[in-house]
Amino acid sequence: MIPLEWYLGLSAALFCIGIFAVLSRRNAIGILMGIELMLNAANINLVALARYMHPHILTGQVFAIFIMTVAAAEAAVGLAIVISVYRNAEHINIDKITTMKW
Amino acid sequence: MEFLTRITELTWLIPLLPALAFALILLTGRKGPGQGAYIAVAGIASSFVLSLLVIAAVLSRALHGHEFEAFAHSAPWMTVGGLPIRMGYYVDQLTAMMLLVVTTVAMLVQIYSIGYMHGDKRYPRYFAYISLFSAAMLSLVIADNLLLFFISWELVGLTSYLLIGFWFEKPSAMRAAKKAFIVTRVGDVGFFMGLLLLFWYTQSVNLREMFAHIPAMMSQTIFGLPALPVAGLLLFAGAVGKSAQFPLHVWLPDAMEGPTPVSALIHAATMVAAGVYLVGRMYPIFAFEPHSITLTVVATIGIITALMAATIATVQNDIKRILAYSTISQLGFMMMGLGVGGCGYTAGLFHLMTHAFFKANLFLGSGSVIHGTGTQDIREMGGLSKKMPYTYWTFLIATAALAGLPFTSGFFSKDEILLEAFHANQTIFWLGLVAAFLTAFYMTRLMALAFWGEPKNKEIHAHESPKVMTRPLVVLAVLSLVAGYIGWPTKNIFHHLVHFGEAEAVPFSWTVALLATGSAFAGIGLGWAVFMKRVISPSVFREKLPWAYNLLANKYYFDEIYWAILVVPLFRITAMLNGFDQKIVDGMVNGVGRVTVLMSVVWGWFDKWVVDGAVLLIGAITKLLGRLLRFTQTGMEQDYVLFMFVGILMIVGVYLLH
Repeated sequence: MIPLEWYLGLSAALFCIGIFAVLSRRNAIGILMGIELMLNAANINLVALARYMHPHILTGQVFAIFIMTVAAAEAAVGLAIVISVYRNAEHINIDKITTMKW
Repeated sequence: MEFLTRITELTWLIPLLPALAFALILLTGRKGPGQGAYIAVAGIASSFVLSLLVIAAVLSRALHGHEFEAFAHSAPWMTVGGLPIRMGYYVDQLTAMMLLVVTTVAMLVQIYSIGYMHGDKRYPRYFAYISLFSAAMLSLVIADNLLLFFISWELVGLTSYLLIGFWFEKPSAMRAAKKAFIVTRVGDVGFFMGLLLLFWYTQSVNLREMFAHIPAMMSQTIFGLPALPVAGLLLFAGAVGKSAQFPLHVWLPDAMEGPTPVSALIHAATMVAAGVYLVGRMYPIFAFEPHSITLTVVATIGIITALMAATIATVQNDIKRILAYSTISQLGFMMMGLGVGGCGYTAGLFHLMTHAFFKANLFLGSGSVIHGTGTQDIREMGGLSKKMPYTYWTFLIATAALAGLPFTSGFFSKDEILLEAFHANQTIFWLGLVAAFLTAFYMTRLMALAFWGEPKNKEIHAHESPKVMTRPLVVLAVLSLVAGYIGWPTKNIFHHLVHFGEAEAVPFSWTVALLATGSAFAGIGLGWAVFMKRVISPSVFREKLPWAYNLLANKYYFDEIYWAILVVPLFRITAMLNGFDQKIVDGMVNGVGRVTVLMSVVWGWFDKWVVDGAVLLIGAITKLLGRLLRFTQTGMEQDYVLFMFVGILMIVGVYLLH
């Protein structure tokens, strides 16, 4: 059986990649993708810890399912905004979207 | 009978109706019926009708009953020092007589005023004032306590002031109004002190309760003086001021600056008679014993006034001033009557009534003359008898009454006064006879110069006054003729009604009647000889006795004396006080001001550098910090997320280290 630490390491690596994408990308879709990565890193953590710590209780897995649902909703809303922005501005560079800034 | 008794319960309405008219005229102004005149006449006419009913009630009770009990009612008013004071009306025969006089004359004068004041620019205001006057005068008449009496007394003084100064554009009218107000105020101070003194001793202001305490007051003293005469004399001071008695008579001749109907109503028939009424009302205070000191003073002042004013009237040339001095003289007669005691009380008040009618008639007649000729100087008139027949005949009748010709009202009342004086004090009687002679003389002079002979000024085209003015004259002339018959010497109804104590009327004396009539005819004869027949030149008096003429023409220099001994020192004191005010008081104020300015400079410096400095420093620090913190606010979401991430890392780091 694969040790728990590997899962945790994968999860941490995925989370860091997600953070990096969110902080460094100028493309809105790239940022959304980074967020997905971070959410899925958390999911891996939840499922792995649930399996290894309390194998008979499914709380972690159920929670992961909820997060996936929320992530899907979030992606749908986020992409809709991105499309809308693109239609108006003809780009999705978040540094240049300043219409609602003071 | 029963109905009439019930009617007296409405007595309080009598002064209220003119007061209501006053308020209505104020509210409606020129838009009111007849520009307010009809409201005023309606008010006083309803009072008149009500008064007649009340008088009928008094008469029916007085003539049928043995003991007259006054109609009186009062309601709680206020509490002074634990003493409840009640306000109400008190109607006895004297009140009834005054009600008759005041409402009759006031009504006729107001009707007359419709014509006389026609076209005046303050027409509604005139009727408002005169309604207020009627209200105040009527409440004075029916007052059952001395306090209400005093309040009304001051109110009539106020309206007198307002009406004398009605044409206040004229400086003389303005001055006359002030003079009247201030001079009568001198007497009113006495009145008020007398009122307080009586209140102090009797613990009441109600007239009947006061009178009940008189025996107890007899033994009281104040500052070593007997209290009762002091109180009486103080009250009399008020009467002297209001009734223009010597030495406070100086305001009345000047009061002629007011509109003539006002002179007739206020300064001849009613308000000036209020002083006599006061003495009559408070007579128990005065006549606590026969020939008391108070009564002697009243009689002396009365005869001095009667003689003095009559002599002045003989040389005046202004028609209204002659009548004014005549009024003063006749008021002196009334005071004299009240002062000689016994039935002089009845005689004086009887003269008050007859005088009110014929003097109002004379004044309204003179108003008609002024209206018709446009002048007040009798030297410019003459021959008016043909041009103004109504005015002439009514004036003639009133003159006869004033002179005391037999079978006119003035004859009965004046004869009665002289009769009482004859039995009480021979000196006063003979002086009174002289005054009666002078009265006849100056009235003949007035008639001769104004109405008889030929017109002296060809530029004056006299014309008769409108009917609204002549009708009241006719009514008053009739009253001047017949009002005396209720005092017929052998069957004196008036004496039966108005009397003090149980004094029996002194029987009619042919000596006195003949002497009085003789002096009147002598006066008329002399006047006729001098001013009509010119047997004696009118100027002979002026040429032979210039000092005496000047003395009279200048009214015994009363105004000048008062000016020198009262007004001028008063001005000096005011000037001194003004200097004190300017130098000391203003100096103090200015000093305080300067210190304040100095203090403010210091505080201003402190404020500017210390307080403002602290505030600015705080501002500057905040600004600096803000400038530094601005660098963190980039506006880039990713920067904020980075800060957040770093922050979380730091929190986690701190957590792990612990």
